[in-house]
Amino acid sequence: MLSISNLGITFTQYDQGLRRKQLTVITDLDLDVQAGEVVAVVGASGSGKSLLAHALLGILPENAAISGTMNFQGETLTLERCRSLRGRTIALIPQSIGYLDPLMRVGSQVQRVAQLAGCSKAEAKASANRTFARYDLPEDVGDRYPFQLSGGMARRVLVSTAVVTQAQLVIADEPTPGLHPDVVKETLSHLRELATEGRGVILITHDIEAALQIADRVAVFYAGTTVEIAAAQDFSSDNLRHPYTQALWRSLPQNEFVPVPGNQPSPEQLPTGCLFSDRCSWVSEICNAERPQLRKVREGWVRCVHAEG
Amino acid sequence: MLKGNNLWFRYGNRQPWVVEDRSLVVAPGEVLGLIAPSGYGKTTLGKLLAGYLLPAKGTVTIEGRSLPKKGYCPVQLVFQNPELSVNSRWRVRQLLQEGCPPDPAYLEALGIHPGWLSRYPHELSGGELQRIAIARILNPSTQYLIADEMTAMLDANTQALIWQAVLSFTAKQQVGLVAISHDASLLQKLCDRTLMLADGPSSTAL
Repeated sequence: MLSISNLGITFTQYDQGLRRKQLTVITDLDLDVQAGEVVAVVGASGSGKSLLAHALLGILPENAAISGTMNFQGETLTLERCRSLRGRTIALIPQSIGYLDPLMRVGSQVQRVAQLAGCSKAEAKASANRTFARYDLPEDVGDRYPFQLSGGMARRVLVSTAVVTQAQLVIADEPTPGLHPDVVKETLSHLRELATEGRGVILITHDIEAALQIADRVAVFYAGTTVEIAAAQDFSSDNLRHPYTQALWRSLPQNEFVPVPGNQPSPEQLPTGCLFSDRCSWVSEICNAERPQLRKVREGWVRCVHAEG
Repeated sequence: MLKGNNLWFRYGNRQPWVVEDRSLVVAPGEVLGLIAPSGYGKTTLGKLLAGYLLPAKGTVTIEGRSLPKKGYCPVQLVFQNPELSVNSRWRVRQLLQEGCPPDPAYLEALGIHPGWLSRYPHELSGGELQRIAIARILNPSTQYLIADEMTAMLDANTQALIWQAVLSFTAKQQVGLVAISHDASLLQKLCDRTLMLADGPSSTAL
């Protein structure tokens, strides 16, 4: 349904006076999503997770330039196509109720989303009501303002905004941090349901545990590149390919809770070789020479020359 | 000892009690975990202990004395969202100097890049800014530390990295730490003992 290969995003910034500089924040990003599956995108903040969502929705700022290819349902995703598809065929479930209009009742907001996606007013109203009923939101919730919702209700309203559109691809951006475990579970199960209905779901998160509960596959981002795409069960069955993914798994409190020291390289000082080379215990000369290509190892994808089949 | 004695708090005279007759003791060098469903007043309890809020009834004492009204508070609180706890119009260098100049060794341990010092808070990511917020309180004047969901918005590796630095600080300086979180496995790794806030005044030890 969606396939992205070698995506790069470069920002042009004014440095001093009229001198411009190019800042490449995403290099060689790859991802594919099939209908009916949940693909989780995990990585530290600054690894390019949200920029990917912005690129898919065509809402990158004007000083951003895109390279590489994005294909959606067999056709290239150009900026014009992103604009016409977003809110209809590609929908975003935003992070928090901060993305809703604070001065508009939530029922009217969900209805408006449906209208913008092409429903008539009556259809939109019916569809909004149906969606609220589906998520056990009492009728009077539609008359409330965003600040009057509890954390759990707010999540269900945000999911509703994507469901009323009949979108084929749903992008959920960090839907779970700081929520009570029950609400997290509920939100995740709603996303899983959307995939079961045949939609493609991209779950953007830094929470591997949450991702593994519902995802079919997990793409791991590091410093703006895809370092690994693994099946969800590869994590618990010790079948991970990239040293960063393995480190991320080990650093969970329920595992060893041991971190790798250091930081992601900043976009201003990207190494010429492998982006993880300065923190990697497997590093050798070949890693510093050039960026490794994404290759297939044990039914998954990895960007590391040392990963073995 | 940091002691909260029979603390009561509500946000208005007609509002329900958020914190109802809670007591809690942390010894220097001890790591205490606090876990409860949302709405049980964990965050409010943290704010009472750090002196951000005054209890309606009950007292907060350190070694038998109440919290100082002026100067650097020996009980420091770190929130989940660092952007709310720093002055957005100050550069990072100035933020770090606000309380007490930080020890360069901790800046290194937290992975704070020297290049960040001349930036403004909005030019750092959430994880980067949280390290700055934590670096500010890793100094000899801090006797007790309340960490309210301090690493909930961070990836697993950064979370482990930050806790490694903070735990080495609390062990070395004999700082008492209260870790508030909904992540039971995290608290299990960090804490000497964990309190589960329950209905009513009693809390059960896990």
